[in-house]
Amino acid sequence: MLSRVADSIYWTSRYIERAEAVARFIAVNLNISMDLSTAGNQQWRPLVTTTGDNEMFSETYGEATKRNVIEFLTFDRKNPNSILTCLINARENARSIRERISAEMWEHINRFYLMVKDVGDAEGILDDLHDFYDAVRNSGQQFVGVTDATMTHGEGWHFCQLGRFLERADKMSRILDVKYYILLPSPQHVGSPFDDLQWAALLRSASAYEMYRQRFGRITPHNVVDFLMLDKEFPRAVLHCLTRANESLHAITGSDIEGFTNLPEQRLGQLRAEFAFTSATDIIGRGLHEFIDDFQTRLNSVGESIGTTFFSLQPV
Amino acid sequence: MFSPGGSPRTNCQLLYQHIQELTSNDLRKRKTAAERSMIRLGITFNVYGEQEGTERIIPFDILPRIIQGEHWSWISKGLKQRIIALNMFIDDIYHDQKILKDGVIPEHVVRSASSFRPQCVGLNPPHGIWCHITGTDLVRDGDGEFYVLEDNLRCPSGVSYVLQNRQLMKQTFPGLFEAQFVRPVDDYCSQLLDALNYLAPEHIEKPQVAVLSPGIYNSAYFEHSFLAQQMGVELVEGRDLVVRDRRVYARTTKGLRSVDVLYRRIDDDFIDPQAFRKDSMLGVPGIMDAYRAGNVALANAPGTGIADDKVIYAYVPDMIKYYLSEDAILPNVPTFVCWDDKQRDHVIKNIAEMVVKPANESGGYGMLIGPRASKEEHAKFVDLIKANPRNYIAQPTLSLSRAPVIIDDHLEGRHVDLRPFIIYGRDIYVLPGGLTRVALRKGSLVVNSSQGGGSKDTWVV
Repeated sequence: MLSRVADSIYWTSRYIERAEAVARFIAVNLNISMDLSTAGNQQWRPLVTTTGDNEMFSETYGEATKRNVIEFLTFDRKNPNSILTCLINARENARSIRERISAEMWEHINRFYLMVKDVGDAEGILDDLHDFYDAVRNSGQQFVGVTDATMTHGEGWHFCQLGRFLERADKMSRILDVKYYILLPSPQHVGSPFDDLQWAALLRSASAYEMYRQRFGRITPHNVVDFLMLDKEFPRAVLHCLTRANESLHAITGSDIEGFTNLPEQRLGQLRAEFAFTSATDIIGRGLHEFIDDFQTRLNSVGESIGTTFFSLQPV
Repeated sequence: MFSPGGSPRTNCQLLYQHIQELTSNDLRKRKTAAERSMIRLGITFNVYGEQEGTERIIPFDILPRIIQGEHWSWISKGLKQRIIALNMFIDDIYHDQKILKDGVIPEHVVRSASSFRPQCVGLNPPHGIWCHITGTDLVRDGDGEFYVLEDNLRCPSGVSYVLQNRQLMKQTFPGLFEAQFVRPVDDYCSQLLDALNYLAPEHIEKPQVAVLSPGIYNSAYFEHSFLAQQMGVELVEGRDLVVRDRRVYARTTKGLRSVDVLYRRIDDDFIDPQAFRKDSMLGVPGIMDAYRAGNVALANAPGTGIADDKVIYAYVPDMIKYYLSEDAILPNVPTFVCWDDKQRDHVIKNIAEMVVKPANESGGYGMLIGPRASKEEHAKFVDLIKANPRNYIAQPTLSLSRAPVIIDDHLEGRHVDLRPFIIYGRDIYVLPGGLTRVALRKGSLVVNSSQGGGSKDTWVV
């Protein structure tokens, strides 16, 4: 497969997953703020903080009101991680490899993009926010389904999987991080019914509520961390994502899953092994935020090594 | 579609009846449905010089244009004859130049053509074929005759619209296709793939064919990607390719893989910065070397542009006579070449009635339509011609035929042309029909999509 094509497939898939994740970020906050209408505006700033674009936001918008944050994270073309920007990028990438992906995949991406763009161009979207973010999440999931059902499960598909699961692992850890930031100003709330509501909202926005209940029943921070970070079978849990990404990486190179033949395999294998042999108690003991911070740095280095190993267009 | 008396022509009766039965609301609905499906499918072209939102659909008119089968056989015969002669001409020009030595075409006309490529002298493309894919522009004059307006022998675009238009038409008027024997166009991509495979060195059992595109920002990118997809071959850009030891390779996730045949949609000028324009970022350094060594085949061959020169065009009937000892089946539009003093005087004197074109432009840029232009524009073109007579030709303004087009909720006549596509491989294949382009602005004669033209499906019945 052409390096450029692999690159574009990988990023198409990553951007779609990212768009979906940003919708989930916002949805978790909408849910929380509905339950706690007194909490006011202060809950919106952490969202910007965890997506990593604080400086840019402050320059353009100043105050972190609900409207500002939603505009910034959803429709702002200048924000490289807004839902609309992600879809523009996904579409540009897909457009450059239309002949390599199925017609249904392209059509789906195109329609997804047009849907978000049209809402962004229209006035007064703030009324149907829930429906809108639902639609974004659904479209993201449909893309996964369409891809799975229409694309040959060969090299290209594995690049698709690789991009998706790395992105999902990153964003799941960030969703947990949002929660950390929200709790920070009021540690006395830990364990109160107020707190319980927030954890439930978080599970819902990760589409994890029902599955969590089946596994653990009662909601405790410890178990939520365990489930979202370390569950082997839940498809949005970080460990599960790392495992699947690792499988696809080895399927691409054809190398033995137990070892490594290049830098990305080595880095991802190490990271996955650490997740497989740690516990929620360890993570909380180290500090959730610190743990996630370190994880994201290492995940980035996996991503970089994938770029240099497979996509680099420099003369070989 | 209609005879001069206003009644539908015999071959259009079924269609006419069908349209009569539709209410204007129906018509509009079907038109909207067809356009919406083009946006959804992303059947678009790019307009240069704009940012996001640069993709537009080519406006599509759902009334097909109908051409009678017998009439088509004659056109198709004429096109084949023309392509054979043009190919012989190109081969001759880059070898012995007999046609110049025999005085059929003045030598200085070829020497001064900006599309003449000294780098191609002495080259022997596989099977002696230079122009593998051609999109000849035909127009129909007031007398009902088809004339050749231009031979496009470099990278003619539009065939993807023919194929997509047909798909849309089948959705829009399914009943008509069953009742009317419309010749299919769907095997174009198979024909193209066969022709490309035919170019690969014989010892290669399964040639690696690819479409070479300038990339996503090119106006015809949709077509490049569509053709690659339909043929099931790789779509590559210059940056995907590398030349080592006069062989062409693609950069893949598993290292370099050789490439045998390229359907290149990058102009000569940009294809190899070592051989042609040094500032090109789109091409592949060294690819001409690999081509010369016979390690990669290029379609169309570099150098074919010489036959696209509009001054050379004027001599095509002479070429046909010279190489084939036949008369041209399809006539040229009468053409005055401005390097000739007598003809130039005639053009300048009659400039208000003439269409003046630069010798080497395409896309409808830089031309004058005398009857539609102001006195100042006439004067400007007289100056341009005098300053560089070799670069201009002039033709009488034709009364281009018109076809009915849906405008809002009724039909109006608009000027049309026709671009059939011809593939020169083991045999010569002519796509039945072609792209009918429509000048959507009332009274306009310019059909180019870059200038607001639209398209129609073309039915050979």
